[in-house]
Amino acid sequence: MRAPSGGEIASGEVLLAVENISLSFGGIKALSNVSFDIRKGEVRAIIGPNGAGKTSMLNVVNGFYHPDEGRITYRRQTRHRMKPYEAAASGIARTFQNVALFKGMSTLDNIMTGRTLKMRKGVLSQMIYWGASQKEEIEHREFVERIIDFLEIEHIRKAPVGKLPYGLQKRVELGRALAMEPELLLLDEPMAGMNLEEKLDMCRFILTVKDSFNTTIALIEHDMGVVMDLSDRVVVLDHGQKIADGTPAEVQGNKAVIDAYLGVAH
Amino acid sequence: MLYREVGQFKTTYAADMAMFPIRQDRVALWLVLLVAFVGIPMLSANQIWPFGSDYLLRAILMPFLILALAAIGVNILVGYCGQISLGSGAFMAIGAYSAYKFGTGVSFPLPFAGFDVSIPPLPMLFSILLGGLMAAFVGILFGIPSLRIKGLYLAVATLAAQFFFDWVFIRVKWFTNYTPSGSVNAPELNFFGFLVNSSIEKYLLCLIFVTVFAFIAKNLVRGNLGRQWRAIRDMDIAAELMGIRPLYAKLTAFAVSSFIVGVAGALWAFIYLGSWEPLAFSIDRSFQLLFMVIIGGLGSILGSFLGAAFILILPIMLDQVPHALGVPISVETVSHLVFIVTGSLICYLLIVEPHGFAQLWSTAKEKLRLWPYPY
Ligand SMILES: Nc1ncnc2c1ncn2[C@@H]1O[C@H](COP(=O)(O)OP(=O)(O)OP(=O)(O)O)[C@@H](O)[C@H]1O
Ligand SMILES: [Mg+2]
Repeated sequence: MRAPSGGEIASGEVLLAVENISLSFGGIKALSNVSFDIRKGEVRAIIGPNGAGKTSMLNVVNGFYHPDEGRITYRRQTRHRMKPYEAAASGIARTFQNVALFKGMSTLDNIMTGRTLKMRKGVLSQMIYWGASQKEEIEHREFVERIIDFLEIEHIRKAPVGKLPYGLQKRVELGRALAMEPELLLLDEPMAGMNLEEKLDMCRFILTVKDSFNTTIALIEHDMGVVMDLSDRVVVLDHGQKIADGTPAEVQGNKAVIDAYLGVAH
Repeated sequence: MLYREVGQFKTTYAADMAMFPIRQDRVALWLVLLVAFVGIPMLSANQIWPFGSDYLLRAILMPFLILALAAIGVNILVGYCGQISLGSGAFMAIGAYSAYKFGTGVSFPLPFAGFDVSIPPLPMLFSILLGGLMAAFVGILFGIPSLRIKGLYLAVATLAAQFFFDWVFIRVKWFTNYTPSGSVNAPELNFFGFLVNSSIEKYLLCLIFVTVFAFIAKNLVRGNLGRQWRAIRDMDIAAELMGIRPLYAKLTAFAVSSFIVGVAGALWAFIYLGSWEPLAFSIDRSFQLLFMVIIGGLGSILGSFLGAAFILILPIMLDQVPHALGVPISVETVSHLVFIVTGSLICYLLIVEPHGFAQLWSTAKEKLRLWPYPY
């Protein structure tokens, strides 16, 4: 079950498709009849005003919310709903809008948790540690150290993440997701609350992840400049409905989008 | 010797990931082990103060070791996995009574099947470990609700376990081999032909158990499983998205924790008490263990030792120090003082330093490392 099913997905082929997804909380319709797809290798931006349903959409994709209606096709496998564990095991990783790190753990341990599914040694071997388990820990530590180098967070390796500044926490969270070697990476406002310099760093990281690791990315972002620069295609949500879908340029010129989103003071 | 890392460059990840990466810590650990395994038996053999009598061994060191072991167990569940438990006393009792049954022979009439299940008395070591295993099994059963309920509600569920097993061991005479008083005597402490009788032997036996389990616990909490526990504790939603299954993480924490607590219970009954009644494992014990963990440090193995030491030594200090100073103080006042000090310390720690003494200790080390420069 952990092995990716359905063989390799070629670049440009549809990796994830959501069809007619509807989701409501009590009386609030968070999503109504939303469909779009994400192709292998692209950066797909999801934009929209506050409360549009962007985060809810990601929650549906990785199995936190179960849609009332609709279908999710990931790696050619169609489901009515995802389960968080299944999503993780089949290569979907995620960062959160309000950083959701393991606050009591160090940067290193946080990122190491991303390797959980790749670690195979049993409880007995872990009890003894020396030998097999140690070897495994070191192997994964080496992988994690490469991520730490890449994200330039060597200096905070051993620091408890709870006390780190916000920008660094966001970076650690990205590292934790990358440690899963995801095929699809869901980023929920990775640059929110950052200063310009931090934003530039984050953009650089995202582009490198896309190009060097061949990771497909779904990106929620409010900063239109960032969206225009980073994304290949954009889907626009408003009040739980999809109002536009296309290249950044197409979306930018779309009347409905301008009214709903770009038109409002931002 | 200065507490410095200067010059200790780690050239391999293995060295950086060692149990105690800083040399001074390693040296300290070896010293403690040396004193515990060699020094104390030698002092005791030669009747050198303060080991002239058995008092220190029997009344302080033995209960300290066993309760520290139990506190490690509780800490795994409460401190590392974040699942509150008020039923540790019950799990000690399960360990003790199961070990007692296995040690004295189990016979289980099955009238409807027409035969009896009977197991002859097992060797002492197996009885104790099986006691732990039974506790682990019951721990898993009582851990299942933790998948649904959290915090206060889980505390109530574990409290129910406490009262249920208090009742079981008083009412179900089978567990006490039908002794009229309900109090039972531990079987002979025979470890593969070696009889453990004297205080120093008992002390060494406890020491071996505690050392082995402390190392196992330390290995677990720093490894993959321990990271899963801590991840569930800190942010269960994010943990699930990393592929950590809450079912697996929580139930392994319940199992490992209850196993260790159960073994501690068996040791407490067999080695420290010798003969005991169900009241030995009442709710008071559960709270005592919880206080040890909170005071010593949630999520720290060292903290479990510090907390156990503090809770055990506090009443003795409050009793002895005023006497030594010539202040008359009644036994009653001492026990009130113990409550006041423990209570206020717990309030203080929960508000100011949730990671207890262990954190204060590592903060102090951090300062020491940089001394005399402020940063
Ligand atoms: N767990 C929940 N319970 C109740 N309502 C919810 C829940 N999650 C989301 N909603 C509602 O669904 C709607 C969409 O919320 P969502 O968080 O998906 O918006 P968003 O596009 O991510 O907004 P933002 O830009 O502010 O992050 C909102 O009206 C929100 O109040
Ligand atoms: Mg959102």
